[in-house]
Amino acid sequence: MIASVFNVIGDVLSSEAMYNSAVRFAIVLAFAATGEWVAEKAGTLNISIEAMMIGGAYTSAAVFTATDTVPVALLAGVAAGVVVALIQAHLSHQLTIDQFVVGLTLNLFVLGLALFLDSRWKAVTSVVKPTKILLLSEIPFLGEALFGQPWPMYLIVPIVPAAWWLVFRTRWGLEVRAVGDSPQAADVSGIHVNRRRRESIMVAGACAGLGGGVLVLGQISISGYEAGHVGLKGIIAIAAVIFGGWTLRGTIIGCALFGYFFALQLTLPVLGHRINPQLAASLPYVVALTVTAVFATRTRQPRALAQPFVRGLT
Amino acid sequence: MRAPDAAVIRRGLKVTGMYVVSIAVALSLSAGLIAITGGPWRKVLSALLDGSIRNPGRWGGTLAEAAPLLIVALGAIISTRAGLVNIGQEGQVAVGAALAAFVATRGSGPLVLVAAIAAGFIGGALWAGIAALLRFWRNVPEVISTLLLVFIAAQATGYLLTRTFLLLDSDPNKPNRVQTSAQLDSATRIGRVRLFGNEFPWSVPVALLLAIAVALLLHRSVWGFRLTVLGRNPRTAQRIGVPVVVAGAAALAISGAMAGLAGAAMLAGGTANYRYTPGFANSVGWEGLLVALVARNRPLVCLPTAFIFASLRTGSGFLAATGVERSIVDVVRALLVLALLVPPAVAAVQRRRVSPPPAAAAAEEPTVIMGATA
Repeated sequence: MIASVFNVIGDVLSSEAMYNSAVRFAIVLAFAATGEWVAEKAGTLNISIEAMMIGGAYTSAAVFTATDTVPVALLAGVAAGVVVALIQAHLSHQLTIDQFVVGLTLNLFVLGLALFLDSRWKAVTSVVKPTKILLLSEIPFLGEALFGQPWPMYLIVPIVPAAWWLVFRTRWGLEVRAVGDSPQAADVSGIHVNRRRRESIMVAGACAGLGGGVLVLGQISISGYEAGHVGLKGIIAIAAVIFGGWTLRGTIIGCALFGYFFALQLTLPVLGHRINPQLAASLPYVVALTVTAVFATRTRQPRALAQPFVRGLT
Repeated sequence: MRAPDAAVIRRGLKVTGMYVVSIAVALSLSAGLIAITGGPWRKVLSALLDGSIRNPGRWGGTLAEAAPLLIVALGAIISTRAGLVNIGQEGQVAVGAALAAFVATRGSGPLVLVAAIAAGFIGGALWAGIAALLRFWRNVPEVISTLLLVFIAAQATGYLLTRTFLLLDSDPNKPNRVQTSAQLDSATRIGRVRLFGNEFPWSVPVALLLAIAVALLLHRSVWGFRLTVLGRNPRTAQRIGVPVVVAGAAALAISGAMAGLAGAAMLAGGTANYRYTPGFANSVGWEGLLVALVARNRPLVCLPTAFIFASLRTGSGFLAATGVERSIVDVVRALLVLALLVPPAVAAVQRRRVSPPPAAAAAEEPTVIMGATA
């Protein structure tokens, strides 16, 4: 029994396919998680990140079917994410409807809409060929995973530092952090609290929409839009933010961790190990739940997280 | 009784007007969507009406669908009252139904039925209890944990259906190859009411009574008052002696228990031909939650809302003839929910802009702010 467990671990650690798949899942999660991190810094626990990913995924796939150009498809995905974000932002931070109510309704709405549109305009995609970076992709084990992915995956490389710079090195970012920690103080010092929150949700929408696009265009084995592809990955991205204790570095590590478990579910059967399919499928979600339980109290979250701001109230 | 002054009447008319406009916008957006994709929207509307009310024997079916939605919604209201956002009803329904099936397929007779329904209730409570535990022990937002538990519930109940000693039907002559549980014995089923050529299970009138009971409990009992204080201001609640953690965890567990109860009632009331099947919950959890949101957490308003949502469910069965995918119903439903959320919010914003005279302000229902407990 113990020997076989070691056998499995050894197989998994030495499998290039495993690393490849894990990195791809991690990158897709990282797009959404980076956006979500910005929104949470401003004080919104944005559960419609799921809807933004679904919107981005379907729109990218559909536009790719029509135009056959990857950049246009990805841009369309971003646009779809931003549209969802616009609805979320204005309903929750202008009309001050409860943000979870709006988020949940949007998740169900976009899921249904994508399903309906897909039944009419079938979105079919073909895989973008991996770009192998010379020499670096020859490194054993991790080489191909890190330096031999389809090019849309590499968009994560500029986006993460850009998000960090935006939040920690610009006036806008300073205001976003102020709004997330102490909206009342931010308000009296002349910051438009709800406007900053709305803008940060737009950032989340753009990132998550792009993530959805990368999911359908950059993943091997995906040949079109399917409802299950996003399958709560947005919520897992939120779990990654919690895991990271609201730091960007930790968030990305969280994405890597969850990506690994998503990959495990795909690779174990390929490597010839029998694993209970239900257990394998629920593994990333169980891990996400456990990990948030361990880390949720560890660090300070934005103090006004998930609290609506209405001037004059409290 | 003081005669309402002109400003109040004007405001009421304005809100009503906004409701009419936003519902009209939602419906015309849906019609537009059907039209763009080349479907006949008039036929869709008429198919929905035929399937839900107009055709003989259909409104009984709609009532039968409405009962679980209503029960789920009542549970959602209880947790929302306490300021906790339980959005994992879909999983709680599945777990409740699975446990009910586990008990119900072990015997037959009315006692087993009662035990099965209790099992459903407990199953839902336990599943939501995980989220409650994580919320109060480890500070995990219940929004996230309940959602993740939906997915885990689907897999866990799926696992139960792969083993004959758990749920899988061991009968070699079972009707098809889909993995389902054994059928409930006819003595273990909820009886059916026959009325004007329609029939529905007894769970429908029971759900109606439950709605009244929940309304009374929330608005007229000390327990309900405590929950309300807890939801609006946890600090005040603590000062007046409400055990914040116990009451909050109980509210979350009870909301899950109601969802589990709905699952058990569906199983014993004839959903999926008295068998537990993969995907048994079939969005009842999500839709029940939406019912509560649209009713803005008032139990009695849930009655008509649940019926309307159930009409969309039963009506969608008639859509095949029109050639439009039934997933259009999901879109219409979500648009309707968004449309119904907007007018009260707009009214609240306007009220804040023009600060009202004190008398009118006192008469207004204070805005409930959900999720303000963090």
